[in-house]
Amino acid sequence: MIGLEHYLTVAAALFVIGIFGIFLNRKNVIVILMSIELMLLAVNINLVAFSSFSGDLVGQVFTMFVLTVAAAEAAIGLAILVVFFRNRGTIEVEDVNVMKG
Amino acid sequence: MTSADFQTVLPEILLSGYAMAALLAAVYTTKDKLAPTLVWATAGLFVAMALYIGVGGVGERTVFAGLFTDDPFARFAKVTILLSAAAVLVMSQDYMTRRDLLRFEYPILVTLAVVGMMVMVSAADLITLYMGLELQSLSLYVVAAMRRDSAKSSEAGLKYFVLGALSSGLLLYGASLVYGYAGTTQFAGILTTVQDGVPLGLLFGLVFMLAGLAFKVSAAPFHMWTPDVYEGSPTPVTAFFATAPKVAAMALIARLVQDAFGGVPGQWGQVLAGLSVASMYLGAVAAIGQRDIKRLMAYSSIAHMGFALIGLAVGTAYGVQATLIYMAIYVTMNVGTFAFILSMERDGRPVSDIAGLNQFAKKEPLKALAMLVLLFSLAGVPPMVGFFGKFYVLKAAVDAGMVWLAVAGAIASVIGAFYYLRLVYFMYFGAEQEPVDSRMGLVQSLMLVGVAAIMVLGVVNLFGLEPIAASAAEALVR
Repeated sequence: MIGLEHYLTVAAALFVIGIFGIFLNRKNVIVILMSIELMLLAVNINLVAFSSFSGDLVGQVFTMFVLTVAAAEAAIGLAILVVFFRNRGTIEVEDVNVMKG
Repeated sequence: MTSADFQTVLPEILLSGYAMAALLAAVYTTKDKLAPTLVWATAGLFVAMALYIGVGGVGERTVFAGLFTDDPFARFAKVTILLSAAAVLVMSQDYMTRRDLLRFEYPILVTLAVVGMMVMVSAADLITLYMGLELQSLSLYVVAAMRRDSAKSSEAGLKYFVLGALSSGLLLYGASLVYGYAGTTQFAGILTTVQDGVPLGLLFGLVFMLAGLAFKVSAAPFHMWTPDVYEGSPTPVTAFFATAPKVAAMALIARLVQDAFGGVPGQWGQVLAGLSVASMYLGAVAAIGQRDIKRLMAYSSIAHMGFALIGLAVGTAYGVQATLIYMAIYVTMNVGTFAFILSMERDGRPVSDIAGLNQFAKKEPLKALAMLVLLFSLAGVPPMVGFFGKFYVLKAAVDAGMVWLAVAGAIASVIGAFYYLRLVYFMYFGAEQEPVDSRMGLVQSLMLVGVAAIMVLGVVNLFGLEPIAASAAEALVR
């Protein structure tokens, strides 16, 4: 029987993979965008699992909002990335370095 | 859904409707030529909404089945946000026109960001909180990258986007845990749940949410995006980042810890105190080596957020009142300072190098004097108004028995005074060299001199800010 804790473990693992994808990734900014999506989807698993196991629909409504916002966020992220590529001709993470910090 | 519900969110509906109408109008008519008109129309609408909310709002009301609340606290934050956004808009118009930056999207994106902030400070539910925060953040990512042909600006936008999205992810993960362990997304429901003890999952959720929000107020150790984004964005955008979004995020932290977790101050007080001490010291120490005034203002804002967090960390109504007063004073000071930074240029090109301020007082004595007053106020030197902001938060800490926090704050403010005073030193006694030009339109001069005057004259009674902030804080802390 698959219980709540199994879903929470999967979600936590995905979330941690997402965070590591942002910080350890040294190659490509697109991978960072994918990691951000992964984090948001981990949250969705959490919300749906909690919602289903507590019999309360609000969590699934929240998931719908998160999905919508994630789409908008990806669109804006890609747009900024295109602008960046036009200026620099590269999307390597190591080239995001005009300013120190 | 009664008419009372819609009555309560009328300012937000009007502003959103205005943003969409303005977008259509600009696209179908003269595009960027309409931008100056839009800037003034937007600023006018902001001021009108601030008056409507500030004068017309009464009582406390939670509408839309407990999603959205309107109380004196939300109104105080909204008026501060609207007025500071209006001030930043009108003072940046001249700068943007001359550098061919003034696109019609700018005032519209600022309007949408402001709507997001207004929803944030009125949130009574995790979903409202998230939607407001994202509306604000998504608009801000775009304006950070607004100078499309500049490598610096697009890099600032990219960095802000990546770290902002990470912080939203942290906040959201926290929100999902809070929902799961409290069984509800409503702040009122969470407050009832935590009174019977805080399960570990709920505590994890709270910490994740605070970490996400600490990113938004740029509190150390979640501050790393701030200097780069401040430096890379066009200066008017930096001025906007340094004012309204900080008030909104600070108010949202207050809202979350008091409305949802007000029963268990022991669980979050220490976290906020830790963030506050780290920010104050990091801001004060790291600003010393800066050569760029926009980076310096970034560290300055980190330090100021540390002071404002003291008021929230103590968890009393007086503490919240102190934070509100501090934030109101902070945005006023920043509007004046950025009015000056916007005017710094050499041969018509904007400069932000601190060395350019050398001997500035000989060239422009009045502006140098106004800047001196502002910098003293930012440093917290009595008798400027900035001192009273610090005085209130430190007093709140002492009253609540957190003397160590007050002592740490006092020491940090002395360290921080060094780099503000160094700017004053450069202006009056710096090395002999040609100082920067300072070309100001009428609006910028008015802002600079007006804010400097406020910083001196406000000593009398802070323009009646104290009782208003007190009633706002009492509405929040029950």
